[in-house]
This record gives sequence, C-alpha cells and structure tokens, in this order.
Amino acid sequence: MKLHSKFGKTYFLPVKTIVVLAFILSGIVLMSFSFKNESSNAKNEMINKDSVESVKAFMDVYKVLTSPRCMNCHPSGDVPLQGDDSHIHTMLPQRGKDGKGIYAMKCSNCHQPTNLEGLNKPPGNPNWHLPPANMKMVFEGRTPDQLAKQLINPKTNGNKTLQQLIEHADDGLVKAGWDPGEGRTVPPMSHEEFKKAWITWIKTGAYAPKP
Amino acid sequence: MITLNINKKNYNVDVDPETPLLWVLRDVINLVGTKYGCGMAQCGACVVHLNGEAVRSCVTKVSRAVGQKVVTIEGLSEKNDHPLQKAWIELDVPQCGYCQGGQIMSAAVLLRENKNPTDKDIDAAMAGNICRCGTYLRIRDAIKLAAEKQRKGI
Repeated sequence: MKLHSKFGKTYFLPVKTIVVLAFILSGIVLMSFSFKNESSNAKNEMINKDSVESVKAFMDVYKVLTSPRCMNCHPSGDVPLQGDDSHIHTMLPQRGKDGKGIYAMKCSNCHQPTNLEGLNKPPGNPNWHLPPANMKMVFEGRTPDQLAKQLINPKTNGNKTLQQLIEHADDGLVKAGWDPGEGRTVPPMSHEEFKKAWITWIKTGAYAPKP
Repeated sequence: MITLNINKKNYNVDVDPETPLLWVLRDVINLVGTKYGCGMAQCGACVVHLNGEAVRSCVTKVSRAVGQKVVTIEGLSEKNDHPLQKAWIELDVPQCGYCQGGQIMSAAVLLRENKNPTDKDIDAAMAGNICRCGTYLRIRDAIKLAAEKQRKGI
C-alpha cells in the first residue's frame, strides 16, 4: 500500500500488521463485552427484582424478627425485653456502649456460653449482647415498611452489605433464637424456612412493603 | 481433677465440670462468704469476680473458671480494707448481712470502672443485687463514701 502525505512523502504500511492489529483490537472489545455480561449476570443472580415475591417473603421475615426471641434483644429502649410477653428485663440491665451491659450488670455475668437446664434460667450464648448504643437496630414497634428499610440500609443495619445480610442468617446469636432454653417459645417458623424467606426477600430486590 | 485459681491461690478439686462454681467454693473449698440465694442468677448473693467481672457463681459452671482468676469476698482485699469494706463498716450498712458479700463484689466492679458514680450509676450497677432488709439507701451512701476514700487514697 502506498500513502501520500501532504508533504509529498510516501509511506508504506504493512497490510499484515494492520490486519493483526485489527484482530487484536476486536478481541479486546469482544472480551470487554464478555466481562460486562459476566458482571451483569452476577448482579442479576444477586438481585432478580420481583417486588411481589420480595414483599411476600419479607412478611414472613417480619413475623420472625418481631417474635420475642428476636425482638427482645432489639428493644426500642436501652433495657432488653424478656419472656414470651416481651416484658422489660427484670433487674433493668442497661445496653451500655457496646451492647454488652455496664459495670456489674454485663450480659455475660448471668448469660453463660450455653443454655442452662431448668425453667427460668438465663438462656446462654457465647456472644450474648444487644446492638451497640451507636446503632441500636430497633425491631420493637417497627412497621414492616420501617423495618425492611432499616434492614437494607448499612447506616442502620450494622454496616452490612446485602451479601453480609444473607450470611447473617447463619449467625450464632441469630440461630440461638431457635434454641432458647426451656420454657420459651421459638419463632413462628423453622430456621430453615426463615433463612429461605430472608434470602428470597433480599435476592428479589429487598422491597419494603407499602407503609 | 480441675485446677482453679481462687484469691491468688491454686486449688485442685475433684468435681464434675458442670458443677456450679458456687458449690465448689462453698462445699469443696470452704469459702462460705459467697451465699446461695436463688440459684438462677436473679438475686446477686453469689456474685464473685471472674477475671474482674461480677459473675453469678450459682449459674456459672466451674468449667468456665478453669484457667481464669476467681476472686471471692474473702479475697477482695488483704486485710478487709478495701474502701468498700471500710465504708460498709463505717456506715453500718448490713442488717441481716446475707446479701452483702454479693453487694460489695458488684460495687467493686462499679468503682473500678467509675471513680465517681452518681446515684443513677449506682442504681444501674446495683439493680441486680437484691436486699430483703432494704438496705439500699445505706448501700448507695456507702458506695459514695468508698468512692471518696478511693479517690483520696484513704
């Protein structure tokens, strides 16, 4: 190929080089599209938006989160609730800065790493605590709409991403709700059913029911 | 055989690891200053320090204390001269006295973490210690006096 410049010079470009360059360039363009598609697919797998299914799943989640086993440690005040009637915890233990109580009234002073035998004994877990004072994550008194919005906002959910929220279903203290010790009712569905509803809610878009 | 460190001394005890720490302290080691009240962490008579925290020994399995430091009311001070003990005597706090060991052990944690507690702080910290004689007002005064002694080093 012969090219003439405006200065009268003539340049020869190798046809072979141009073909190879074009081939590489098209490869890169195709690959970038392919990566984009993969990334979109991953996102689509995470969020497959369906507001009807999402809200339906959340209503099951809501029943669990507002049952005594979950709500009692997510109170609207700074004292936990207690019992199936969610009364204020006797002895009035305070939340404290880190959610683990204060002074001689720290949760683990009474709540042991495991449940104890017998009625009315303190239930146990090695990680017993309330949410911390700077992010109280209140469940008590929240409407479905309010709770759903609170749960997906990292500023009000303990700085959790959607993926971390999904993993939270298997948190040891969450699961303790289904092993509450003698004389306490468990949440209104099994942990397996709850986890399914929880993940469905999140993966279908984490929609909040209408207020 | 279980080895426990209680009041800076090691004890080897042959007990079931599930046994409440309270029963090991009282029945095996013969440290009877710690009292049995309710047996379900409701009253505070059995409070001892486990690594400095005011645990209720009636619901604490002895296995939880293995390798840890336990302090009972007998070990709170060398010569019964902890500021709280001095203040308790000065203000004649106890009536029947049964709950007072637990009261003092709980108050000791409060004073360690708060050198100048208000009435509100005291009430929050001591709400888990019940006194059937109703000595609460003297307990509150004694904690304030002890805090003052602690601050002044007397």
